[in-house]
Amino acid sequence: MTYIPISPQERDAMLKTVGVKTLDDLFEAIPAKRRFPKLDLPPALTEMEAAAHLADMASSNENVRQDLISFLGAGAYNHYVPSVVDHMLRRGEFYTAYTPYQPEISQGTLQAIFEYQSLMTNLTGMEVSNASHYDGATATAEAVNLAYAQYRGKRKKIVMSPSVNPQYRAVIRTYSQGMGLTEVGDEAGNHEDGPEVLMSLIDEATMLVVVQYPDFFGRIYDYKKLIDTAHEKGALVCVVANPTALILLKTPGEMGADIVVGEAQPFGIPLWYGGPYLGFFTTKKSYVHKMAGRLVGETVDVRGNRSYVLTLTAREQHIKRERATSNICTNQGLLALGCSVYMSVLGRQGLQEVANLCYQKAHYAAAELSKIDGFGLCHPEPFFHEFVLCTPKPAGEVNQYLLDHGVLGGYDLSTDYPDMQNHLLVAVTEMNSRDEIDTLVALLKEM
Amino acid sequence: MNAPSNLKYTKSDEWFDPASGAAGITDYAQSQLSDIVFVEILVDEGEEVTVGKAIASVESVKASAEIYAPAAGKVSAVNKGLSEKPETLNSDPYGEGWMIKIENGAAGEVMDSAAYEKYCEGRTH
Amino acid sequence: MATIIEPTIFELSSPGRRGVTMPASDVPTVDLPAKDFLRSELPLPELAEVDVVRHYMKLSSFNYSVDGGFYPLGSCTMKYNPKINEDTCRLPGFLFTHPLQPIETVQGNLALMYEMQDWLKEISGFAGVTLQPAAGAHGEFTGVLMMAAYHKSRGDTKRTRMLIPDAAHGTNPASVGMLGMSVVTIPSDSRGNVDLKALEAACDDTVVGMMLTNPNTLGMFDENIEKVIKLVQGCGGLMYGDGANLNALLGIVRPGDLGFDVMHFNLHKTFSVPHGGGGPGSGPVGVSQRLADFLPSPLVGIIEEGDDETAPLYGFVNPKNSIGRMKAFHGHFGGGLVRSYTYILMHGPDGLKDIAQYAVLNANYLQARLRGTYRIPYDRICMHEFVMEGHFEGSDVRALDISKRLMDYDFHPPTNYFPLIVPEALMIEPTETENKDTLDRFADALIKIAEEAKSQPDLLHNAPSTTQFGRMDEVKAARELVLCCWLPENYEA
Repeated sequence: MTYIPISPQERDAMLKTVGVKTLDDLFEAIPAKRRFPKLDLPPALTEMEAAAHLADMASSNENVRQDLISFLGAGAYNHYVPSVVDHMLRRGEFYTAYTPYQPEISQGTLQAIFEYQSLMTNLTGMEVSNASHYDGATATAEAVNLAYAQYRGKRKKIVMSPSVNPQYRAVIRTYSQGMGLTEVGDEAGNHEDGPEVLMSLIDEATMLVVVQYPDFFGRIYDYKKLIDTAHEKGALVCVVANPTALILLKTPGEMGADIVVGEAQPFGIPLWYGGPYLGFFTTKKSYVHKMAGRLVGETVDVRGNRSYVLTLTAREQHIKRERATSNICTNQGLLALGCSVYMSVLGRQGLQEVANLCYQKAHYAAAELSKIDGFGLCHPEPFFHEFVLCTPKPAGEVNQYLLDHGVLGGYDLSTDYPDMQNHLLVAVTEMNSRDEIDTLVALLKEM
Repeated sequence: MNAPSNLKYTKSDEWFDPASGAAGITDYAQSQLSDIVFVEILVDEGEEVTVGKAIASVESVKASAEIYAPAAGKVSAVNKGLSEKPETLNSDPYGEGWMIKIENGAAGEVMDSAAYEKYCEGRTH
Repeated sequence: MATIIEPTIFELSSPGRRGVTMPASDVPTVDLPAKDFLRSELPLPELAEVDVVRHYMKLSSFNYSVDGGFYPLGSCTMKYNPKINEDTCRLPGFLFTHPLQPIETVQGNLALMYEMQDWLKEISGFAGVTLQPAAGAHGEFTGVLMMAAYHKSRGDTKRTRMLIPDAAHGTNPASVGMLGMSVVTIPSDSRGNVDLKALEAACDDTVVGMMLTNPNTLGMFDENIEKVIKLVQGCGGLMYGDGANLNALLGIVRPGDLGFDVMHFNLHKTFSVPHGGGGPGSGPVGVSQRLADFLPSPLVGIIEEGDDETAPLYGFVNPKNSIGRMKAFHGHFGGGLVRSYTYILMHGPDGLKDIAQYAVLNANYLQARLRGTYRIPYDRICMHEFVMEGHFEGSDVRALDISKRLMDYDFHPPTNYFPLIVPEALMIEPTETENKDTLDRFADALIKIAEEAKSQPDLLHNAPSTTQFGRMDEVKAARELVLCCWLPENYEA
């Protein structure tokens, strides 16, 4: 199969215009003995054959819609995506356009990003949103970059909550390898502590405090005191938030957070085996010049039409080069659009329904599971749609037993927290029917 | 372009006033950068600077630049209001647009206004 | 007051209007958390589904796209994106698998990733590949982290300088800046190659390595590439290849064979992942044997070998000296890897070579048609793109004006003002998926515009005039910084 729309006759005419005889003649700058290697790849398939092959591969997976009942979350959530979202994303005018470098013929993308920025600031209670980052983990790492740039390297300490998603913490460690930072607070073993323990770690050398909301274990805390303490010492606070929870909960903005980031996959993006997802990044207006990533601002064109452009571009890599806060030069454009369509088509009330269903079903599940002998909730704090279930056997064994019965029980926390052997992180969304929850409960009763 | 004769100039387009110790960017620099939208002074009062140390970062709609200390010495004042009104650098680079003052500043390699004007002319053609 | 062509989604909102509704709860109701924990208002729009569809359809009509026309944006490889990719990446087995599922339940995904690692190795001549990076710049950062880790592992701590040609993308120095290294700029020579004398003078035992885009951003394949690599590696440095321009090399030459140590792929350029209005991209990285142990974790490996009867068991493995994790989960699986996998599968080895050959033919054809009308500063056989100057003797018309005027002819402009070393640069990359008629119409338009520049320069200064929107006031945007719309006036909490 080829997508090259040039006939042999046209090719020959073009070669003549160029002044060479064959296509191969175009490559004489390439070292002769390395030229035209034979690639050991499977032979080309037609579209019909490729479609069948991919369908085979896809169907050899067990998926959470047709094959498995899932209570797995831990950073990626199974939510319903209204049909209209993908219909809009399939518009070639959106998905085959590039970065809106030419605003006159990119107003669709630009206005969509502006609206995305508006939706995210209103959701988080913050003043400014960028056009998005790769995912929640890298958005959190960019918060570290912002704080580092804000203090111009003069403060080098991060106070990290141990209940921030372990993969996010791992990404921050990778990203900050060249910065000489010290990180305190997330030593193994103190994961049972609440945020007050972090307060004593904040000092005048601290550039950033990072907490998650609800935290990785599903717990809801009001971080206001922690944030006030950080501000007294001059440190910034980044809250990693779940967007579905923010529909219901007090905003981090209201608590005084300086940066609110997170994974917007729950808002209209399929699980897709982990990506691509959508990292949102919101902050206060005073930090906008230190924020990485694209930014769209309102303006007018020469004809007096309200319109939108990429703005403050001089702080980005293509102009600032090695002095830029980050090297990022894309956003997750199409997925930011998907997120906006999701939020728009559900709207204020639809989103509240989603959040309420998550909350109600998770609390029903938690209540029923706690009634089983040997099981119970590990934490007393309020939670939203995810909680830690203490199990009588190691969570890994519980999960294997459940999988044998077609259920993904949840996330085995000992993967990241070695002393949490009997701790299962259970997520419940609007996708889980009462029947599914009852099935889980019945299976665990019989175990 | 405008280059007052009482000031000294660097090849990287900073000016220095030996009398007051004030320093900033030249009229030529602001016109090359065009519309300036962000200024950040990178040094604090009381800090010692050496010639060539980055003292400020400036961003316009199309470009960005680091501003370097034209003289060595102790920073005695920082123009804190500048970050609120970065466009001052376009409208009044030698007046309200001063960036820092360097106490008893010892200038590095600098030119007088005539030499600087000639230097700029050489670059525009 | 500015004229509003399409209101924002907030302005279209009307209290009480409903779009998609959710089912009633099927579990007993419990109380919400105490009021202190709840938000007091949720200032989000309220619309019907049809309102939402009409709004986004209207916005889509404001966009230029590859599906709609010729998009010769240099360095971005705006090729046609096959529609079948849109179907394969949305197969339920891919769409609805959770990234933390047990490996036994996602063998289809893991097999695809394993094969993709192998194919990218084969295409590029590298020993190892990570699929984790989310975009080209993310891949670059990954590569530079591995280079730093390699030197560190050998106790070679004084290497802090990265050599970068003056024609490089801004992401190269920015990636280096994120690691606190310094950048040494290497000039280009008169044929658009790396200046060997300058390179030789810069090479010493403080060099981390060199980041080179080849073909470079002038569209030139470096004629001394093997000497360049030898010089850098001769002083103990590592050679980074920016794979932005890999479309020109498929089946033509393998960067690994030339001696590169590390290179990122741009699946959204070379392997037809749609650009999506600026993302998501996908930026896998290939490395030579000596860097393989430093790859990000995890990679996909074979946990249990298969035989004739049973498939192998795929799972995750962690390289010995891994730099760590670059993002959550496993890279841009659905939107990136599945589409690219489909694309490579449908092309096979010969089809991939055709891609590169026709991409290069199309660029050279356009260059030949425009030579004489526009100054081409580095004039020799180019690869998949070329750079010409958008200005004329005795005229105040600039590259920007030419770009804007092209919109009146219904073309997307080329990349302008890049690379920085060419005055008034217009960087043109046609890709292999354009036919001769389109290329001829584009060349004719540019030749006509060159005439207009002399006869009616105001046509260019005032362009575009036929598009829905005219030139924007970028100073106003940056000074006033209106970055989001606030509550609709009729909002009720």
